[in-house]
Amino acid sequence: MLFTSIINLTYLIGALGFVMGLRRLSSPDTARRGNILAGIGMSMAIIATMVYPFAGANNNYPWIIGGMLLGGIIGWVAAKKVQMTAMPQMVSIFNGLGGACAVVLAMVELVHYYGGTQAMSAGQLFIVLLALLIGGVSFTGSMLAYGKLEGLVNDKKVTFPRHNILNIGILIITVILGGYIQITGTGTTFGLVIIFMLLSLVYGLSFVAPIGGADMPVVISLLNSFTGLSAAATGLIYDNQIMLVGGILVGASGTILTVLMCQAMNRSLLNVLIGGFGSTQTSSKGAVGDQIAKEVSLNDAAIQMYYSKSVMIVPGYGLAVAQAQKICKELDDLLESNGVDVKYAIHPVAGRMPGHMNVLLAEADVPYPKLLDLEDANAVLPSTDIVLIVGANDVVNPAANDDPGSPIYGMPVLNVWEAKNVIVLKRSMNPGYAGIQNQLFFHERTRMLFGDAKDSIQNLVGEVKSL
Amino acid sequence: METILQFFNEYLLLIYLLLFTIILGFEVISKVPTVLHTPLMSGANAISGVVIIGAIILIRRAEPDDYLTLSLGVIGIVLGMINVVGGFAVTDRMLEMFKKKKTSK
Repeated sequence: MLFTSIINLTYLIGALGFVMGLRRLSSPDTARRGNILAGIGMSMAIIATMVYPFAGANNNYPWIIGGMLLGGIIGWVAAKKVQMTAMPQMVSIFNGLGGACAVVLAMVELVHYYGGTQAMSAGQLFIVLLALLIGGVSFTGSMLAYGKLEGLVNDKKVTFPRHNILNIGILIITVILGGYIQITGTGTTFGLVIIFMLLSLVYGLSFVAPIGGADMPVVISLLNSFTGLSAAATGLIYDNQIMLVGGILVGASGTILTVLMCQAMNRSLLNVLIGGFGSTQTSSKGAVGDQIAKEVSLNDAAIQMYYSKSVMIVPGYGLAVAQAQKICKELDDLLESNGVDVKYAIHPVAGRMPGHMNVLLAEADVPYPKLLDLEDANAVLPSTDIVLIVGANDVVNPAANDDPGSPIYGMPVLNVWEAKNVIVLKRSMNPGYAGIQNQLFFHERTRMLFGDAKDSIQNLVGEVKSL
Repeated sequence: METILQFFNEYLLLIYLLLFTIILGFEVISKVPTVLHTPLMSGANAISGVVIIGAIILIRRAEPDDYLTLSLGVIGIVLGMINVVGGFAVTDRMLEMFKKKKTSK
C-alpha cells in the first residue's frame, strides 16, 4: 500500500513537472531549466510506470528496456546531429512518431477487443477510436509536413482541384465509419477497423497537402496539439492520469500557440487550413516579365554598407538554408568596427517556424538586444541607411500592404522600402516559398545581389576587408 | 443519448481534470515572446511523448507468449522514446544557445 502511494505521488510530481516546465519554457531566462524540469517529470513518470505494482503483471522487462534503449539512442543521436536549420523538420518527425505510437496502442486494444480477449464499454471503444483517428492524422500529417519542409514534396503535385471538398469528404466518410464501428462494436469485422485506420492516415496526408509556404509552422503547431490529444485519449484507455494531464497540456498549449502564430500573420486558423497558398490562383497586379530588377556590384554594396550609419539585416529562410548565420555575424562585426549601427529585423514568421531566426542568430553569438521585432524594426526602418535582405521574401513583400488581390494581403510585413536603400541577397528571381512575386525587387531603391546567401556575404566580407 | 450519459457518468472525474488542464494549458502559454515559440513547440512536443507510458503498461500486462502484443508494444516504445528523448535533447540544444549568448555578453 505504501509502495503504491509512493508511485502515485511520483506521478503527481511528474505531472507538476510538466506544468512548471511549460511555464518556465515561456520565459527566456528560465526556459532551459523549464525544459529540464519537464524532462525530469517525464523520467519520473516512466520509472513509476516501470515499477507500478499491477495485479498479475508479467512485466516482460527485457522487451521494455530493449525498446527504450533503441528508441532513446535513435532520438538522442538524431537530436545531436541535426543542423539547427533543419529544426522544424526534426520537430515535425518527432511529433509524427508520437502520433504513430498512439496509433499502435489503439490498434493493439482493438485487436484484443475483436479477438475476444478483452471487453470494452461503449465509452472505452469511443476513446480508442478517437485516439486512433487523431494519432493517425498527426502521424501522416507530420510526415508530409516534414517532406514539404525538406523540399521532398512539391506542394502543387499533392493538391487536387477542389481539394477542400475532397478533405471534407474524406473526413465525413471516416467519421461515419467510426460511428458505425462504435454502434455495432464486435458485431462488425476487424477489416472495417483497418479501413478506419487507413482512412485516418489518408486524411492526415490530405489535410496537410494544400497547406504550404508561410503557413507550415501553424500546421506543425496544430499537429503537435493533435499528438497531445491522442496521448490524452490513450491515457483514458489506460486510466493513467499523467498521460491525460501531459496530453491535454500539450493539446491546449499547442492550440494557443497555433492561434498566436495565426495572429502574427493576421489570418484566421480556418483561413490557413482551407485557403492554402498552393491552391489559391490569385493574379497579383503587374506583369513581371517586362520589369527589370537592378543589380548592384559586390564592391558597391560593400562600400555602401561600410560607410553608412546604420544597417538593418533582414534574415529569412535563405539564410538558414545557406547556413549563413556565422558569416553574417562576421560581416556585422566588421561593420560595427567602423561605427556602423547593425541591427537585425526579425519578422514573427521568418524562416519556417516562429523564433527560427532567433535560434540561428543566437547560434552565431549575435547579442540579443540587436534583434528587433516587427514593430520596433518598422519604427526605425525609415531612418535606416541600408537594409540587407538575406534570403527573406514574403515577409518584406509590399503586396501585403497594398495589393488586396495578393494571398498575403493583410499580413504585417517589414516595411523595408521605407529605408534609404535596400540590398537583396537572393539566388535568383524565382518567387519565394509562398509562390508570390515580390514588387520590392523592382522598387527604385532596391538593388539585387544574386548568388547563394553564404557566398554573397562571404564575398561582401572580403570586399569590406579590402577597403 | 443514453450512451452519452453513460460516458459522462463513467468519466465524470476525468472530465473535470480535462477541463481544468485545458484552462491551465491556455494560461501557461498565453504570454510567450515570439523568440521562444520554436523551443516551446519543441518542448511541448517532447511532453506529448508521454504516450510511451501507455506502451510500457501494455507490455507489462501482456502475456509472455503474446508476441503480437509484445512486438507492437516494443514498436510503440521505440516510437515514443524517440519522441521523448529526441524532443527534450533538441529543445535543450536550442535553449543552450540562448544561454551561452547571455553569459558571453
